[in-house]
Amino acid sequence: MPVLRWIRRNLVVLAGLLTLAYMILPNVVVMVFSFNRPKGRFNYAWQEFSLDAWSDPCGVADLCGSLSLSLRIAFWATAGATALGTMIAFALVRYRFRARGAVNSLIFLPMAMPEVVMAASLLTLFLNMGAELGFWTVLIAHIMFCLSFVVTAVKARVMSMDPRLEEAARDLYAGPVQTFVRVTLPIAAPGIAAGALLAFALSFDDFIITNFNAGSTVTFPMFVWGSAQRGTPVQINVIGTAMFVIAVAVVLAGQLVANRRKSNAGK
Amino acid sequence: MTQQQTEGGDVRLTGISKTYGSFTAVHPLDLTVPQGSFFALLGASGCGKTTTLRMIAGLEEATTGTVSLGGRDITGLPPYKRPVNTVFQSYALFPHLDVSENIAFGLRRRGIRSVSRQVGEMLDLVQLGDFARRKPHQLSGGQQQRVAVARALINHPQVLLLDEPLGALDLKLRRRMQLELKRIQTEVGITFIHVTHDQEEAMTMADTVAVMNGGRVEQLGAPADLYENPRTTFVANFLGTSNLIEGEIVSAGTDVVVAAGGGKLTLPGGRCPSPVRSGGKLLVGIRPEKMSLTHTDDADRIPEGRNRVTGRITDSSFIGVSTQYVVESTAGTALQVYEQNIERDSRFQPGAEVILHWNPGHTFGLDAAQSIDAGAAGADGPEAVA
Amino acid sequence: MSVTKAPPAHPAEAAVRKPSTRRRLVPYWLLLPGILWLLVFFALPMVYQASTSVQTGSLEKGFEVTWHVRTYWDALTDYYPQFVRSLLYAGTATLLCLLLGYPLAYLIAFKAGRWRNLVLVLVVAPFFTSFLIRTLAWKTILADGGAVVDALNTLHVLDVTAWLGWTENNRILATPMAVVCGLTYNFLPFMILPLYTSLERIDGRLHEAAGDLYATPATTFRKVTLPLSMPGVVSGTLLTFIPASGDYVNAELLGSADTKMVGSVIQTQFLRVLDYPTAAALSFILMAVVLLVVTVYIRRSGTEDLV
Repeated sequence: MPVLRWIRRNLVVLAGLLTLAYMILPNVVVMVFSFNRPKGRFNYAWQEFSLDAWSDPCGVADLCGSLSLSLRIAFWATAGATALGTMIAFALVRYRFRARGAVNSLIFLPMAMPEVVMAASLLTLFLNMGAELGFWTVLIAHIMFCLSFVVTAVKARVMSMDPRLEEAARDLYAGPVQTFVRVTLPIAAPGIAAGALLAFALSFDDFIITNFNAGSTVTFPMFVWGSAQRGTPVQINVIGTAMFVIAVAVVLAGQLVANRRKSNAGK
Repeated sequence: MTQQQTEGGDVRLTGISKTYGSFTAVHPLDLTVPQGSFFALLGASGCGKTTTLRMIAGLEEATTGTVSLGGRDITGLPPYKRPVNTVFQSYALFPHLDVSENIAFGLRRRGIRSVSRQVGEMLDLVQLGDFARRKPHQLSGGQQQRVAVARALINHPQVLLLDEPLGALDLKLRRRMQLELKRIQTEVGITFIHVTHDQEEAMTMADTVAVMNGGRVEQLGAPADLYENPRTTFVANFLGTSNLIEGEIVSAGTDVVVAAGGGKLTLPGGRCPSPVRSGGKLLVGIRPEKMSLTHTDDADRIPEGRNRVTGRITDSSFIGVSTQYVVESTAGTALQVYEQNIERDSRFQPGAEVILHWNPGHTFGLDAAQSIDAGAAGADGPEAVA
Repeated sequence: MSVTKAPPAHPAEAAVRKPSTRRRLVPYWLLLPGILWLLVFFALPMVYQASTSVQTGSLEKGFEVTWHVRTYWDALTDYYPQFVRSLLYAGTATLLCLLLGYPLAYLIAFKAGRWRNLVLVLVVAPFFTSFLIRTLAWKTILADGGAVVDALNTLHVLDVTAWLGWTENNRILATPMAVVCGLTYNFLPFMILPLYTSLERIDGRLHEAAGDLYATPATTFRKVTLPLSMPGVVSGTLLTFIPASGDYVNAELLGSADTKMVGSVIQTQFLRVLDYPTAAALSFILMAVVLLVVTVYIRRSGTEDLV
């Protein structure tokens, strides 16, 4: 049976593509249902095609407010975690110091901890300190759990960097500051960018830690969570789809630019 | 600015040393490199030659001692304030900059605006004019190496430091680059300090070679002098191959006579370590190419007055210009002999009884108190390290 | 740079130089802000929580440390089903992630060719849609009377799963299967990316070498590819298991009261019941269990450098 043999030979590819389909399916559903006109409060069953939600994405109370809040928090959390994490990564790779083991564990533990544990303990701290829950407590929490991921991403890049490049710069009349700006930073940039991107995605999408520490402030994931109890507006799907499309477009555009640059340089 | 090369631009190291914790990489060292010379630091990896170079560059802080350049103490200066540039092993070209930006890097850091003319000249000097806009990873190893040289030379350093710059290249290219570097050095007249583990490279390129071992300079001199008159077994074995035979001194004088392996060997007293006493031990050294091979049947054809050792061929390998024989000798050790392939004696097969003989004047003596294998290729020689 | 300006009068007297203090302090300055942040907002809260877990009292009168360790015992006896369920669901989801994710990671690393970047983008892209929205989409996909449930019903698959206790009443939503399905879906990228990273590092010539040395493709996989990808397997399973064990979103959105995981309990105790000691004790037990599992797992798999 040639068909069976073909299947056997391409088993890995078929299995992989099935997994891919499993991963993409919900996005397709989200996209399709952004054109739905649901009966009742929940957008779970297909009724009829409509562009209502797309023509008025902010038409639901608090939705766009929560979205902009999430973006603001993600921006500042990314900036903070990237700055602090990059510094730690450089210290870990480039310098000898005492308590290296302890520092490594302190970086590793937040990643090895279920979110709900960190969320609960951080809330205990805020309650004990009498801190007012809101934008600042959420930002603090986000920087905390993004930090380790940034360190990991930047560390990987800095570790693969040849320390001789910096020596060469110093040898060629670049002082410490110039060496860092002209050589170290440009070469470490992809790692820092990867860490920042990861931090942004983690912060923007975080629900559990935010839910514990936000008080009455509502971020976008919290808005979605709340609407899952009260009724899901179609606009949620519109925003989900738009983010998906924008992200894919940005990545593909970046890829195109990189490809073109590579082929240009080859000439 | 650094082009003014006054007389006495010598590099002088005074009592310089480097220790890492309890490990001493370089023992206190005094060394003077005359201005305009091509100086090689030769040794196996871990002998301290690179550390010495890095202390001159300022990339490594000396634990003790001083570095001075043309009489000026530069020990405390950071690398970016020293009129010295380095060509790194594996080149360390900046991957995010193209060739011309790499070369212009040093000039720009010193605030020089118009660099294009100088960069162009440098590209011509290293014959890379067409590659100005390439990124380093788009170049071959040899091209990268030349960019590294250009990037350092454009700054007109008083001294150019080369840290195994040819180590990553294949043999043919390495030979070509050796000539190239030598040409550039004669052209620009800058002091070159070249670190290498390749003894052939050091001997072909340098005016003066310092052989380093275990953080110390074993011997320093012109290549031919080092080769002909090694003062330690390390130098004798590390630079080329030496046959070393241990013997007991029978008589000392203008000629020293040594008893070894049932026979007597003669060597000039001036080529022995002092003091030489009868009854003492001595290592008798002879280079493989200086010996001749004669079959025992023709023993009577050997002229009088030559040193002789009898033995049996155990191995032979044909390598084109010559044939290398290993001879198990009565002197106890396996001796190596190189015979030119002019008229090959068909009797020289493994098992053949032969006599090795040579002019006593070509023999050198070494202190018997040192390890006979130091620096030999089999032990921890350059091949094992590469 | 203030080291020895003047040369020593005598070489023999040359002083031994030490690296300047300023340079030695650089790493500490670099570490300071980030480490301080983690100490104050990660480590210190743990201390507070430890203290809370042995307090007694009420919201009105306030809480006090009374070393009431019984809270731990009560929490365990009251909520052990949720604990067991959490570990079971998280473990199953991790295993499924590995089984589903490995072929895809392998596909990207070795078979995708010029499609590699596109597939990678597709793996990462779902991240950019909020995971809550995507999880809600499963409500539609697995809905009663939907295509999936109908198909599985027709094939009598749901009868089998019901017999196994995974589903009930010919439906998937509000059953353990839906929760595990959601967990698997949500954490798949965390499995695939480390797997891909370690697979991608494998030199393709190793496969040729193995084939040259009489290994069939299956043997090549077992003896070469799989062992070399172990670091990816280990970090992938940890990155999946740890968050899955504490997750309560999938259980709440896709499950029912019978599928509650320990995360839900902690959340409810903390934010609704306001029984802080019990919530603190529960999260400490969860942390201890996870750390124990992780430590044993890392020891046994012999890969220490996960970070």
